[in-house]
Amino acid sequence: MNFGFSEEQDTIRETLARMLGDHATLEVAHNRLDSGEGFDTATWSALAEGGWLGLAMSEEEGGSGMGAVELAILAEEIGRCLAAVPCIPVLCMAVPALQSAGTDDQRKSLLPGIAEGRTIIATALAEGGGLAPDTVSAKVTQDRLSGQKTPVTFGAEATHALVAATDEEGTPRLYLADLSASGVTTRALDPVDRTRPAAEIVFDNTPVELLPGSDPAAIKRLLDGAAVLAAFEQIGLAERVLALTTAYAGERHAFGRPIGGFQAVKHRLADMFARIELARSNAFFGAWALASGDNQLPEAAAVARLTALDAVQFATEESIQLHGGIGFTWAADPQLFLRRGWQLKAELGPTAMWRERLLGHLADAPRTAS
Amino acid sequence: MDFSDSPEEAAFRAKAREWLDANATLRDGSEKAQDHFMARDADEVARARDWQARKAEAGWAGLTWPRAFGGRDATPIEQVIWNQEEGRYAVPPNAFLIGIGLVGPTVMIHGTEDQKTAVLPRALTGEDIWCQLFSEPAAGSDLAGIRTRARRDGGDWVISGQKVWTSGAHYSSHGILLARTDPSVPKHKGMTMFLVDMSDPAIETRPIRQISGGASFNEVFIDDLRVPDSARLGGESEGWKVALTTLMNERFSISVGRASGGARAEELIDLAARVERNGRPAIEDGEVRARVADFIARQRGLEFTSYRVMTSLSRGEAPGEEGSIGKLLLGKLRQEMGAFGMELAGTAAGVSAAAGDDTARWRNEYLTAPGNRIAGGSDEIQRTIIGERILGLPPEIRVDKNVPFSEL
Repeated sequence: MNFGFSEEQDTIRETLARMLGDHATLEVAHNRLDSGEGFDTATWSALAEGGWLGLAMSEEEGGSGMGAVELAILAEEIGRCLAAVPCIPVLCMAVPALQSAGTDDQRKSLLPGIAEGRTIIATALAEGGGLAPDTVSAKVTQDRLSGQKTPVTFGAEATHALVAATDEEGTPRLYLADLSASGVTTRALDPVDRTRPAAEIVFDNTPVELLPGSDPAAIKRLLDGAAVLAAFEQIGLAERVLALTTAYAGERHAFGRPIGGFQAVKHRLADMFARIELARSNAFFGAWALASGDNQLPEAAAVARLTALDAVQFATEESIQLHGGIGFTWAADPQLFLRRGWQLKAELGPTAMWRERLLGHLADAPRTAS
Repeated sequence: MDFSDSPEEAAFRAKAREWLDANATLRDGSEKAQDHFMARDADEVARARDWQARKAEAGWAGLTWPRAFGGRDATPIEQVIWNQEEGRYAVPPNAFLIGIGLVGPTVMIHGTEDQKTAVLPRALTGEDIWCQLFSEPAAGSDLAGIRTRARRDGGDWVISGQKVWTSGAHYSSHGILLARTDPSVPKHKGMTMFLVDMSDPAIETRPIRQISGGASFNEVFIDDLRVPDSARLGGESEGWKVALTTLMNERFSISVGRASGGARAEELIDLAARVERNGRPAIEDGEVRARVADFIARQRGLEFTSYRVMTSLSRGEAPGEEGSIGKLLLGKLRQEMGAFGMELAGTAAGVSAAAGDDTARWRNEYLTAPGNRIAGGSDEIQRTIIGERILGLPPEIRVDKNVPFSEL
């Protein structure tokens, strides 16, 4: 058993943190929130140039042949700097979907473009407040897709979409749509975090291609993997908000001393730390289960997501509280984290959904004695 | 990152299992829940000693101790593996956690050669059982406020005072005792550590009954206990330094122990499947499902946190303050799970039909959990440790820090 990172992985983290720190500053995040420009294309290009977008692709696919643990590191560092980039939908969902369920042709035609940052594949699993494979009303008949997917993160910025729709037998599958094709109408939505754009996409008889290996179980696996990697993005976010709140508590004086010296504040920050570390431990196990293909992935993903959701909500809400009045202002940093936290929650489904997924595995399926 | 046993760990596990199979019988579920500090009657202590002696003879005692002291030089992870495996068998309660986990490592670092020879082999084989005479009525979280006095008298020391919350003192043969030797200096500076014989008539032990009904800890009265200077562990007035070694090892022991067992949140699923709520099986109730799912997520997180601590320790890194996280979150989780387990019984909440049934079990969990939130550094102390040592927040105001103890 080894629950730590290798030296190589530590180096990857340092390199990424430096690179992202140069591009995606909180000032950039504030400016984007003000202007409503979503996608941070400069940071995405920098990631492409550094070879990071092809991280988990094989060399043959145009990547560097690393795995889920390295992808987790990338997600965490993106979360830490609030970079407005589609790491989860593109790198953690579309890429693994193509790798595990796509055809050779699909991989060959799309993966190199993703690695170079030219191709953005949004993942359209959501509909009417639910997620595929449980909630799907979009339909494909004779390779033509009709239906409405919403919200689709980075849907208006994407070149393609991976869409969950039922096939002619009514089984949820994944289809690849070129968003410049006929019958595609995209409408930008107003997400709680404007630096993480989302859109509604309506397909009307749009030509699509099936990912032949996709079935409901594959869609669930895809969601589990994305939940694990998103947990890292959430943890990065939560750690940053804890760090800046801790720094503020050390600087801000009241009653003649830094407020961080008062137990009411100090202990709240300790609780934030403890919840984040608990989430981190679950996320580590999730990353291992994902990387090793372990059959505990569904449980590991659910507990990672549940504790990450809790840590982010607690840390971001209490960050505002501990900043006092300034924390409640538009210009202060805490709102950036609060908004991103909610967006990350919404995209892959909220707490109640993942509690049910966890119990679905542990309570409703036959259990094996350990 | 690898969560499965490495080849070496798998080999260690197989060896442990082989020896346990030959020397013990598997648990069949009828055994009562174990509280390692409850062992009381002479018979139970004798069985615990016998089991410890057999383990020591076969090289399974004091696993993480260096070979030079009779240990196995095992990694913390191997200790966890051993605990997991031993936990599957019906074996007597472990009365040696303090001797092997706390006192032994402290003596290895601060003891004289004579002390090492006298203490370590007998602690390993279970001939001696140790307790930790630290806390006092007026010094719990603020341990450095102890008032038990040790005065020099010729070549000896004479010790008087009172200790409290001393787990296992009622069956221990020896104790590691922190006393004040110099009240004229600030409180952290005037303490000295001693190794004492609990059978001395100058020591009186009175068990304290806890809210669970059991009595695993004690108050200990010390009235003019005379010990030679050779009973002093570490330098005169260096007791705080010695105590910190003991406390660091206590935290490590708790981490290892936590990685090795306890009531599982998943057991609440089994219970919820058998009882009803609002006319339906409780497991179909939305609130029940939500609570149980959250318990499971938190419990897994704690388990994996202790594995992270084990990983750091196995890499030779110092046991970090991460230990505080598990300590902080475990007691509250057990308390909430215990309360929920009782509540699942509906109007019968808290009313047990028979010893050992679900309600009795979760009631016991509920009534023992408060101890987890207090012992070994309360939740509040853990939060202060995290806030100051990990997050670097300004320290608490300590009005007594530089004042001679006698003037406080």
